[in-house]
Amino acid sequence: MSDLTININGEHVTANVEPRLSLADFIRDHQRLTGTHLGCEHGVCGACTVLMNGEPVRSCITFAVVADGTEITTIEGFDDDEPMAQLRQAFHENHALQCGYCTPGMLVAARDIVTRLPDADEDRVRLELAGNLCRCTGYVGIVKAILSVLEQRCS
Amino acid sequence: MKPAIFEHERMSSIDDVVQALANADGEVRVLGGGQSIGPMMNLRLAQPDKVLDLSRVEGLDGISEAGDRLSIGARVTHARIEDGEVPGTTGAYMQFVASGISYRSVRNRGTIGGSVAHADPAADWPTALLALGGEVKVVGSGGEKSIPLDGFQVGPFTTGLGWDEVLIGFDLPALGPNTKWGYYKVNRKPGEFADAIGAVIIGNEARAVCGATESAPFRVFDIEEKLSGGATELSVADAREILSGHDAGFDDYELQIHAVALSRAIGRAFA
Repeated sequence: MSDLTININGEHVTANVEPRLSLADFIRDHQRLTGTHLGCEHGVCGACTVLMNGEPVRSCITFAVVADGTEITTIEGFDDDEPMAQLRQAFHENHALQCGYCTPGMLVAARDIVTRLPDADEDRVRLELAGNLCRCTGYVGIVKAILSVLEQRCS
Repeated sequence: MKPAIFEHERMSSIDDVVQALANADGEVRVLGGGQSIGPMMNLRLAQPDKVLDLSRVEGLDGISEAGDRLSIGARVTHARIEDGEVPGTTGAYMQFVASGISYRSVRNRGTIGGSVAHADPAADWPTALLALGGEVKVVGSGGEKSIPLDGFQVGPFTTGLGWDEVLIGFDLPALGPNTKWGYYKVNRKPGEFADAIGAVIIGNEARAVCGATESAPFRVFDIEEKLSGGATELSVADAREILSGHDAGFDDYELQIHAVALSRAIGRAFA
């Protein structure tokens, strides 16, 4: 067992965990923050994407012990975040989700796109989204939503 | 999809790592960003008894240029390379390669040293760096030494790293501004592991590498000779002919996609 101190969504958390526990399982099962979803559990689908020290990472292939001392933001931690508020509204308006399983990871990835790549065009948005799988929407609504937020933030 | 039980040790220095490796009992793996070993442990393809975590070890994050050499620390992430932190023509080449590795959320954690030490034949850096040439810097019980990238990877997931050695960085050539480079990766979707890679660099010398094979990437000397002789293109048929002379174990389809990758890499270099 290993000691662990993480700041999750602004809250200081200490725990004693097994080394093999993934950050995703720590977030969901130990912290009961079930907004982070698990799909493939080997880093391909993107559903488990969270922010670590402000950058998107895969929580399913990051061990909780490795996240010791970091700041984690899960989908529950963006209440006062401007780009995320814009994305939530845009996802709603553009029908960018159906079942919602990929949405938490999709939103975290989308936030990275609109903040890191303000000049991204549709091709770039689609390329950047290659690491987040959605099986319902065909991505059309998701891409439209992200493009609309990029435009909003430009003006 | 959960790893088998293992012991996790947070290392505080390279000396710590070397000592832990020297005293190893059972299978020990060094953990960089964990983006390759992590999935393999989740799938239980890898079941180490102990993991030595490098995340607190200082001195592995540097990127510096001195004369015509570039020094890059093992723990430099793909994302930092994608964002252009490596200077010059070598930097432009590495930026192109880095941006095609997996996805941004993986590139934020995955490291160049981890990728080369892990030595997955389908990964980008083992092929890309072999085309660049240079040396791998390692530390072991016998002290620090350099191993040429030529021949460093000897097979799938197998390198010249000794059991008591850890990779700490790379010493790479800083390519001149007139150096041509081309990199072409065959995969069905951006970010996937490659089905075939062609990498060429034409500067003071010409280097052409066939990567994402069943085993280690290899230099294709016949193509290098043509490029040194002034060739600025290579047809797929000619690349196929040359590659079929190598004992790479390719079936017809694999031979074709590797020929296409090399032909297109050369096309990109002279585009």
